[in-house]
Amino acid sequence: MSSILHLSNLLARKEISSVELTKKYLSAINNINPSINAYISVTEEMALLQAQKADDMRKQLKGDAPLLLGIPMALKDNLAVRGFQTTCCSKTLENFKSTYTATAVQKLFNNGAILLGKTNMDEFAMGSYSNTGIFGATFNPYDTAKSAGGSSGGSAAAVSSKIAPYTLGTDTGGSARQPASFCGVVGYKPTYGTVSRYGAVALASSFDQISPIASTVKDCAIVYDTIKGFDINDMTTIKQNYAPCLDKINGNVKGVKIGIATKMFENCSKDVVDSVYRAIETYRGLGAEIVDITIPTIELALPIYYIIGCAEISSNFGRYDGIRYGYKTNKSYKDIDDMISKTRSEAFGDDVKRRIMLGIYFLSKNNFNEYYLKAIQLRNELTSDFENVFKQCDLIISPTTPTTALAFDFNPDNVVDKYKADICVVIANVCGLPAISLPCGTDSNGLPVGMQLIGPKNSDSRVLNTAFAFENTANLKLNPTLGGVTYDI
Amino acid sequence: MTYNLVCGLETHVELSTKTKIFCSCPTAFGSDPNTNVCPKCLGEPGSLPLVNMATFIYAIKAGLALNCKINQEVSFDRKNYTYPDLPKAYQTTQFIQPICTNGYIKLNSGKKIRINRIHLEEDAGKLIHSGGNTYIDCNRGAVPLIEIVTEPDISSIEEAREYLEKLQLNLRHVQVSDCKMEEGSMRCDVNLSVNRPGEPLGVRSEIKNMNSLSFMEKAIAYEYERHVTAIKNNEPLVQETRRFNEADGSTSAMRDKEDANDYRYFKDPDSPYIIIDDIFIEDIAKTMPMLPEKIKNNYLEMGLSEQDADLIIKYKKVSDYFSSALVTGDPKILSTYMLGEIFRSIETESQKEDFNILVPYAELAELSNLQKEGKINAQMAKKTLAEMLKSGKSWKEYISKSDMEGIDEGTLIAMCKTAITENPMAVADFKAGKDKALKALIGAVMRQSRGKANAVQAEQTILDLIK
Repeated sequence: MSSILHLSNLLARKEISSVELTKKYLSAINNINPSINAYISVTEEMALLQAQKADDMRKQLKGDAPLLLGIPMALKDNLAVRGFQTTCCSKTLENFKSTYTATAVQKLFNNGAILLGKTNMDEFAMGSYSNTGIFGATFNPYDTAKSAGGSSGGSAAAVSSKIAPYTLGTDTGGSARQPASFCGVVGYKPTYGTVSRYGAVALASSFDQISPIASTVKDCAIVYDTIKGFDINDMTTIKQNYAPCLDKINGNVKGVKIGIATKMFENCSKDVVDSVYRAIETYRGLGAEIVDITIPTIELALPIYYIIGCAEISSNFGRYDGIRYGYKTNKSYKDIDDMISKTRSEAFGDDVKRRIMLGIYFLSKNNFNEYYLKAIQLRNELTSDFENVFKQCDLIISPTTPTTALAFDFNPDNVVDKYKADICVVIANVCGLPAISLPCGTDSNGLPVGMQLIGPKNSDSRVLNTAFAFENTANLKLNPTLGGVTYDI
Repeated sequence: MTYNLVCGLETHVELSTKTKIFCSCPTAFGSDPNTNVCPKCLGEPGSLPLVNMATFIYAIKAGLALNCKINQEVSFDRKNYTYPDLPKAYQTTQFIQPICTNGYIKLNSGKKIRINRIHLEEDAGKLIHSGGNTYIDCNRGAVPLIEIVTEPDISSIEEAREYLEKLQLNLRHVQVSDCKMEEGSMRCDVNLSVNRPGEPLGVRSEIKNMNSLSFMEKAIAYEYERHVTAIKNNEPLVQETRRFNEADGSTSAMRDKEDANDYRYFKDPDSPYIIIDDIFIEDIAKTMPMLPEKIKNNYLEMGLSEQDADLIIKYKKVSDYFSSALVTGDPKILSTYMLGEIFRSIETESQKEDFNILVPYAELAELSNLQKEGKINAQMAKKTLAEMLKSGKSWKEYISKSDMEGIDEGTLIAMCKTAITENPMAVADFKAGKDKALKALIGAVMRQSRGKANAVQAEQTILDLIK
């Protein structure tokens, strides 16, 4: 076992020091990472320094230490850490170092977290296979011929192969939940506005959410409890009382109404559907009530997501012009416009270019009303449709992805089909809802199947508790082919 | 044949908040390049804006001073364009829901120039071209601006100037901005078209970025003539953005590229809708100082001429000082002090704006009362004030008790006799019919009395004695 709770106990009982633990993870990274390419950089020096500090602090502390004190972790490479590279796995930011630290990361540091390194991702978090970045693809620890998913593939694969106890990813349209599902770990996207986005390199600002990825539901709750809260540096964070979710996790789902929308099971493989339905039966057994729901507008989630998402991307990405930082063309240019144009053409990958161009198209004068404005209106409608659905049920259950981990798909003609696989996950981003993906079984090849629970806004503790109820009951034993650090009790 | 000028102004005014609009960097003018910057105003990847609510207070003050409606729900939008001085590649502005709408400025003629909107936005950085290179200074980036947009109600150059001066005056009085055009804290774009009376509006041109009143006047004059000539000659005009050439006072079309921007406005997803409630506005209204128009009326009621009143209210600090002195002093005498000795001691516009003088207003009021009560005459008051302005000392240092006691009739007669005895030539000249010679005699009396003698009385006494 290598959950946060378990490691935290070992540290508290002084059975191991943080320095020893950190060294174990660093050596596991050395051994395992070459096979899966989850890490793109390892911050060994920083990690050992932080570990020493954590050990010192533990000695001085009277009373309970923070649960995360002295426990290593890794960050997706779109999260800023002062003085360290934040490449977003793009040629654009290949040599870029952040001058400040993301709020969520700072909160982890304040609680004694130890940074092992930065994890692989799709370029600027655009993609579903973690294979569009400059550092190459991340491979699935269950089967290295398969993708770890994306865009937070490195973060999910690192947890899955036990070369990080937990990681932070980001989730703009399923980017934490989908790879978590592929890699058999837990990915949790909280309610929009409960975790500061300050220091997470913006993709689509109104969808982006920093999301913990861990091996258990409770671990996700611990990390979420640590990083959540109003932040003066992010005006979209919600001002409210943030009670710890961990305290509310007891596994009791008696009387909880779980909704099923058949539309969300369409186009899914049989193994996936079967696994999720078995989970539903588990819930029934635990006293939950299963109700059928319909959301007629659900299919609009994808076009809404792509129109608004691309529009925001096109605006957020204007800053990468080669002038102040980042990649600048080596070719000769005749004027500043030519320089910017060459820089961007050379530095951005196809998916980034595609979305920027789409976004500019959607926002331009002649298309604004027909696309962007309409998408905004539909987003409001869909959000209120979900509010209504949540009058009939407390949560919605669905598969996270239509299939288990896929082989790498390099066929660019298939872009729309590729996007379609995201239907179940994007809903949570479009409507700002909390959603979790957790393993619920395996397919015939032994690859993990992920299921998703979505709750209404600010029902984070309910979502986590319901997920825990299944995890605790099913007690799945998943065994990736590759594995790093474990501590048996 | 007459031609109507139809003109509207868009004025950018830099707010005098201490910090920027979306971060807490200082707004100070004149710092070393790129020292007042942070990840937020440099648009570093992952950074987000933080709205400075002080900018809302300033914008609301401006709105109240310009008779605007203050809107309850306000949001920010992104204006997307690529330019090296704009690190995020968008300017955050209020396109859809501006903070103030529907105001006006009343000209002296009584005509109202309607204000369509006032919106908050961030300034861009500055490009410095030197030695064939271009350098970027981002200190000015994200400095708060308000843009004040009028309806096309202006129909002459004089009206444009008066509008802009009144705008400047009001914004200075409510201390929203120093409105220094020479430092760029106030800049103005002109929208203009020309048509014959009774005919539809002409083709509009926009002239960008005038940084002085006279440039604005020249630009309007040039552009008006250009339109009139084109209409007379039946030449087509195109709707376009033009720049003003300071060297020869002409305007010329900007490159198509600069003009053809589609800014792809959309609501900024990083900033929330901001709700402004009535209490917030009322609290700001309570702190509003008296507006210049009201102050001017007070001055006029106290007997100042319109011209004098205008000169005093033009500068906020001058007007504050004068109003304070008025509480105990004499209005008319005080205004001669202000426009005389005091303005002579502070000649430049910026000195008048800063108004650092050594004489406290209470001292000035006392001096005016001494003069009003006849204890000293205007001559002595003037001399004393000049000394006070130099030294910062009280009038008591320069005027003794005996100075204020005046001169009795006996002393005056004695002095006149002395003057006559000591100036026989002047007496002879006067008797020979040279009236001017009398002045020399009066002067001699004044010198003896150290300015205390009453010149009229002295003249009469001398005449009596000579005859």
